[in-house]
Amino acid sequence: MTGVRIVDRRFDSKNKSAVNRARFIRRFKTQISKAVAEAISKRGIADMDNGEKIGIPAKDISEPQFRFGKGGVRHDVLTGNDQYHAGDELERAGEGSGRGGSQASNDSATHEDDFAFHLSREEFLNIFFEDLALPHLVKTQLARIEEFKRVRAGYTQSGVPTNINVVRSMRGAAGRRIAVGSPWRRAVKEMEERLEQLENCGDGDCEEAQHLRREIGRLLKRIEKVPFIDTFDLRFNNRIRIPAPSTQAVMFCLMDVSGSMDEEKKQAAKRFFMLLYLFLRRTYRHIDVVFIRHHTQAFEVDEDEFFHSRESGGTVVSSALELMQKIVRERYSSSAWNIYGAQASDGENWDSDSPRCREILGGQIMPYVQYYAYIEITAVEPQNLWHEYEEVAAAWPGRFAMQRIAGLPDIYPVFHELFRKQLVAVA
Amino acid sequence: MPKRKNKPISTQSDWTFELIERYDKEIGRVAAHYGLDCYRHILEIINAEQMMDAYASVGMPVNYHHWSFGKHFLATETGYRRGQMGLAYEIVINSDPCIAYLMEENTMMMQALVIAHAAYGHNSFFKGNYLFRTWTSADSIIDYMVFARNYIAECEERYGEEEVERLLDSCHALLNIGVDRYKRPPKLSLRKEKERQREREEYLQTQVNQLWRTLPSHEKADKDEPQTTTRFPPEPEENLLYFFEKNAPLLEPWQREVVRIVRKVGQYFLPQRQTQLMNEGWASFWHYTLLNHLYEEGLLSDGFMIEFLQSHTNVLYQPAYNSPHYGGINPYALGFAMWRDVRRICEDPTAEDREWFPEIAGSDWRETLDFAMHNFKDESFIAQYLSPRLMREFRLFAVVDDDRRSNIVVDAIHDDQGYRMLRQRLSDQYNLGNREPNIQIWNVDIKGDRSLTLRHFHHQRRPLGETRDQMLAHIASLWGFPVRLEEQDEQGHVKLVKEIVVERRRARS
Repeated sequence: MTGVRIVDRRFDSKNKSAVNRARFIRRFKTQISKAVAEAISKRGIADMDNGEKIGIPAKDISEPQFRFGKGGVRHDVLTGNDQYHAGDELERAGEGSGRGGSQASNDSATHEDDFAFHLSREEFLNIFFEDLALPHLVKTQLARIEEFKRVRAGYTQSGVPTNINVVRSMRGAAGRRIAVGSPWRRAVKEMEERLEQLENCGDGDCEEAQHLRREIGRLLKRIEKVPFIDTFDLRFNNRIRIPAPSTQAVMFCLMDVSGSMDEEKKQAAKRFFMLLYLFLRRTYRHIDVVFIRHHTQAFEVDEDEFFHSRESGGTVVSSALELMQKIVRERYSSSAWNIYGAQASDGENWDSDSPRCREILGGQIMPYVQYYAYIEITAVEPQNLWHEYEEVAAAWPGRFAMQRIAGLPDIYPVFHELFRKQLVAVA
Repeated sequence: MPKRKNKPISTQSDWTFELIERYDKEIGRVAAHYGLDCYRHILEIINAEQMMDAYASVGMPVNYHHWSFGKHFLATETGYRRGQMGLAYEIVINSDPCIAYLMEENTMMMQALVIAHAAYGHNSFFKGNYLFRTWTSADSIIDYMVFARNYIAECEERYGEEEVERLLDSCHALLNIGVDRYKRPPKLSLRKEKERQREREEYLQTQVNQLWRTLPSHEKADKDEPQTTTRFPPEPEENLLYFFEKNAPLLEPWQREVVRIVRKVGQYFLPQRQTQLMNEGWASFWHYTLLNHLYEEGLLSDGFMIEFLQSHTNVLYQPAYNSPHYGGINPYALGFAMWRDVRRICEDPTAEDREWFPEIAGSDWRETLDFAMHNFKDESFIAQYLSPRLMREFRLFAVVDDDRRSNIVVDAIHDDQGYRMLRQRLSDQYNLGNREPNIQIWNVDIKGDRSLTLRHFHHQRRPLGETRDQMLAHIASLWGFPVRLEEQDEQGHVKLVKEIVVERRRARS
């Protein structure tokens, strides 16, 4: 008896359903997008990096069949009778006669729950960012075509001498020499045996023996003539160029931490930065984040300190801008970096400092950055910084955006507004 | 009783390939001892994700792409991830060789259970039962599914994913009425016959009127031959997909082929729907019998048996009607109990059994079980073999819920007066023809506007559910011309319930 066939399929492709899953998402994009937007407004942005459980109305995605509705005569057989005799009557449960009572009624009240499912992080973010794109991704776009990296791709038979692969070439040559010379070597071996025989018999000088010697000598020469290495044997390392997108970006987070920025405002700012970060991470493989906090002086700090420690005092916004400019000059001046700026503040600044902010930002920072976003978290009337920035916005349309937000619920719409896909072709 | 002289095959809970092979060999040996006739089988080891994949594509190892499978996948995944449900132990494919999936995460005991249940139990059912023999061709299903997937992928490439998707949506909606079922025409009486005749005349008249109204230019021609309007189809057709495949005027050849694919797949799964109780019961009966046999031989350890019995009883749990867990009759539980009961009637009949089952009481149980497995489906199996003893054991009772009465009435319980009625009711409940509305294609106005008339034959006055309009829209999109739905009640009265006019005909026809 032969054993049963056991096939180990565990390492076969796993995502057989990926196509069907993607199709489901495509088909119900509208509903799913809506559910995603709702999920975002309700939940903390901090959870965003995980997937998301969302629900969409089950009736939208139902697969209809002809079914019976309510009414008519229904028969049912049930188990576990504990009290009934034939002829007993039971009141209908729930709706209908509406008097409640026995549970025996099998009228399944068809309340339609949402169809709940889990979106992976990728799917979730894709939908979230769907119609968003940072403007002026020109650099990245171009880089995708202009910058190549070279990767190995096996061996070829032609190439430049520097790329010769010695081991491969010599191995090929050895193989060729063996293959080409082998019929002659075999003949030589046979003839040598025959010659030895003749010599052993004492016929070493006969006609045949001499002929064999000549013949052996001739063949050995031919074998020697087989070239040690031939152009045919040469193998070259093959390298191909594949486009390497410029995938580096640096994101500057600038935040006012003066006394007037309370915890709530900081939280709002934090969400704003996180959204930008998530978005960039989807576009770029490598992202540096630089956190700059300022009151009257600006410091570069780590993330924890950025959000959590508290300072007090006045506000000089230009200090942060100067620090940013300095860091760009020192660390991110190469064209390989895509620079993004995001600034959050409550709009307060020393009056005399605001024009200076406009100068630095408009004159020295904007030419280098892909995009700069400014949010003002305040409920009161805009102050001088806002008015100065308005001028910058006018000078750099499409690359500088500013918004005022009042509270947490406004963040998502603001973000949407800030990064709405720009249909304008940018030179 | 054989002495427990053997050493258990294994005592640890982890499985290995060698152990699986060993268990399979032993189970196969015992199955052969009991005379189970199976296809050859292949055991495939898969992981949880692959199990979910298999679930989503209705258990087929190969299937075409459609969003609905993605939906099922997501639903399964969500349930599984949140721990609301475990994955089924087994998926088995009715093919030759039969393919049974073993999930990587399972213990050795579970693997052995699945082998006994699926690779021997279900497998022998697939090979033996007349419905499977008639309707499914185990040797070619995988090849057909490969063809179907490739064909549909090609259509998508050529005509666009969404075009194909729309068509598949409509076909899937009709899946359950794309198969040949039993028809149940209402009993005829002279009075009814006369009514019907009048009806037919009226019908012809309306046809003529229809023609006059919609196509005045044909007036003359119609006057020449007014009475000979032919019915089409000549007999009402219950298999809607078949009808559309052959007759829908606007479908292109590739669309007909897609309709055919869906219909074929639906037909392939029909026996599974018709024999769920028998099939699951049969497989459970055999895993129970085979593993117990091995245990008696000493090849299974006590620990193995305890673990086995725990999952066995979980699957076969039947809550009572007033339990919060009640979800109808558990086909595993009743099926298993019935097969065991048939064996008991054969081996150890009581006086009651001799009275109810004179032909099988005391007979050879293997032969009797085989006969039943070969020749029945759920409804007839229950009608034939459900014993009074089992009805008492399950404490079955039948209720009738008539919307014209204020109360639900218990009309039969597990007592002498109730047995036969109870059995008939339960059998009816497993008749697919009763579970799904009976909707047939009644007529096509071939000379007029090509409109299609469907007729819903009422059973117990039960109306169609709220999906009706969606369904008609699907039908209209397949047919391409107006679609009407009529209802015929049990007295033979017909009324029009809904008409759908197709606005946009397909661009290419």
